[in-house]
Amino acid sequence: MELSAYPLELPPDDRPMVRFMNVTKSYGSLVVLDDLNLDIQRGEMVSVIGPSGSGKTTVLRMLMTLESINGGVIYIDGKPLTHMERKGVLVPADEAHLRRMRASIGMCFQHFNLFPHMTALQNCMEGPVQVLGLSKAEARDRSEELLKMVGMIDKKDQHPSRLSGGQQQRVAIARALAMRPRIMLFDEVTSALDPEVIGEVTEVIRRLVAEHDLTMLMVTHQMGFARDISDRICFFYKGKIEEQAAPEQFFTNPQRERTQQFLRAVKDAD
Amino acid sequence: MWDFLQTYGGRLAEGTLVTAAQFALATAVALVAALAAGLGRLSAHWPVRAAATTYVEIFRGTSLLVQLYWIFYVLPLFGISLPKLTAGFLSVGLNVGAYGAEIVRGSILSVQRGQWEAAYALSMSPWKRMRRIILPQAIVLMLPPWGNLLIELLKGTALVALIGVADLMFVAKQINGSTFLSAEAFGTALVIYYLLARVLITPAMRRLERSMARRLGRA
Amino acid sequence: MTFDWKWDFVWEIAPRLAAATLNTLLAAGSGYAIALVLGLALALGQRTRWPALTFILRETLEFIRSTPLVLQIFFIFYVGPQVGITLSPWVAGMMAIGLHYSAYLSEVYRAGIEAVPKGQWEACRALNMTTRDTYARIVLPQAVPQAIPGMGNYLVGIFKDTPMLSVIGVTELMQTANAIGSETYRFLEPYTLVGVIFLALSLPTAGLVRLLERVLRRKLGM
Repeated sequence: MELSAYPLELPPDDRPMVRFMNVTKSYGSLVVLDDLNLDIQRGEMVSVIGPSGSGKTTVLRMLMTLESINGGVIYIDGKPLTHMERKGVLVPADEAHLRRMRASIGMCFQHFNLFPHMTALQNCMEGPVQVLGLSKAEARDRSEELLKMVGMIDKKDQHPSRLSGGQQQRVAIARALAMRPRIMLFDEVTSALDPEVIGEVTEVIRRLVAEHDLTMLMVTHQMGFARDISDRICFFYKGKIEEQAAPEQFFTNPQRERTQQFLRAVKDAD
Repeated sequence: MWDFLQTYGGRLAEGTLVTAAQFALATAVALVAALAAGLGRLSAHWPVRAAATTYVEIFRGTSLLVQLYWIFYVLPLFGISLPKLTAGFLSVGLNVGAYGAEIVRGSILSVQRGQWEAAYALSMSPWKRMRRIILPQAIVLMLPPWGNLLIELLKGTALVALIGVADLMFVAKQINGSTFLSAEAFGTALVIYYLLARVLITPAMRRLERSMARRLGRA
Repeated sequence: MTFDWKWDFVWEIAPRLAAATLNTLLAAGSGYAIALVLGLALALGQRTRWPALTFILRETLEFIRSTPLVLQIFFIFYVGPQVGITLSPWVAGMMAIGLHYSAYLSEVYRAGIEAVPKGQWEACRALNMTTRDTYARIVLPQAVPQAIPGMGNYLVGIFKDTPMLSVIGVTELMQTANAIGSETYRFLEPYTLVGVIFLALSLPTAGLVRLLERVLRRKLGM
């Protein structure tokens, strides 16, 4: 599809928070995502699952603009993220446009990626002060409140090297939330954690789902957790959505052969 | 520029030959000194260790130029008069050898512990263990840093011009002094040094690295 | 002239050598300052979006690293006036040393920057930080402690290369020892003392660099 065929903006009555429209991603000849079409509604929590190499992490990374896309358009709240309008048609976005659009998206990583030379509190204040231009006092209030919420206020003056994985991940969640994003992305946030601390991180996400009306997209291997908190499960297989459904339906009555195989394999591993 | 090369090309070529000779002789001195001092610092006998350490610290702690002047101007007072050509490559070789000793020592120490133990278990004598088992493996490790060190050595030979050795640097200075064609004289010399380093030394070391790795069955 | 060490003579020339030591330290310090700043600029210059610039910088730095410093000193000192820039020995010397060592320091910075994990860059992007803030606040504060040992080694290296400045008449230690030698025909004491001074200054500096490295790492919580 030609770029000129994509709308400059989505119509007001059809504006999901996120829309992937015919999105393709490849590295050289390796196609990672093939003609992806996916909508995520305002306030919805969508879990992305699938075998490794299925392209699920790439979905999040494209949305965070950590990866460029090779075809199609991604819309955020009806406006193009990966492209911008130039003389009545869409062209690939420049850095300024990406920065403007990225402001509504936050992300947590598998390996936390906290800044090692800053304390927990400084990690949280960095974005609000440097990017949003908040005063130090405002940023401190906001950050302390969030650290309280994730249960890390006692450790606010510790450097990441002094924190356990679970504690680091909770600080990373607070850091992302301090930017007041409308969309939160969780990329295998429990995969690098020791089993006994996974709960403290999933608990924080559970509360986010219950108490905030964020739009969330989560890549996870924790089937039970995904089933508990998601509004929808998306199963990726070889760069395509193989099946998507509400959790109950998905886990109790999967329609596709591949899905059934995957769920059986996961269950055997447990 | 073409005129300049036609007029002075011959002299610059002669200077380059002297530089190449100084480089070759200094490299030989550096290799011997580095191996002796590097092994010496690992010796079980403290006088050997002390001598090796003193050599390394003195030659790494002071400047090549100071060492060159000292060997050329002060050593005669102790009854050791060296011709300038000898004083030149000896100074450069001893200076670089001190740095090389640390490379030798470091790479011997980084040969896996299991290799030492296996040689020990075969009841090899310490000397045989070093020569047959450890050194061949250490040499592969030390070749890449030696490649950089030889570039430094080549650059170091430019200083022998200051005690009157008629090397490339010396010729360039002379031409500059008599013609004031500074850009041409020094510029040409810079390019020749660059070519010696990047067209001769670096590729030769790369080839050596590859062939040594092959002999150890690692390529 | 035979070997006889004269302490009287040592005390006589000590003040001149002391003054020259200060000059040597000054030369090393200013050359290092230039190299630190220029080296960083050259390292960052290789990370822009223009591959042509990266290529040109990389080849130029390779050239500077592969050719003798003493020849570069002559080049800058003598060619400057030919293109209308007359430089004092001090200025030409500082420029040459600064440029020469910036080529080495840019490699140290480059390695330090490349050692910063990819996740740190991604976190900055996820927080919507500008490229400038990403470097200034996140990447360089982590890259520099990484680079301290290399930076320290080159400080000692610059210090030991300052005698080359004598060739264009900068009155540092070597030049002063040469002058004393040609005035008095005694070389034993001045050249030996210069060696001792270098040894006395460079050995503790190397120790200090190691100490600084440890302190910095602890302070940055790494």
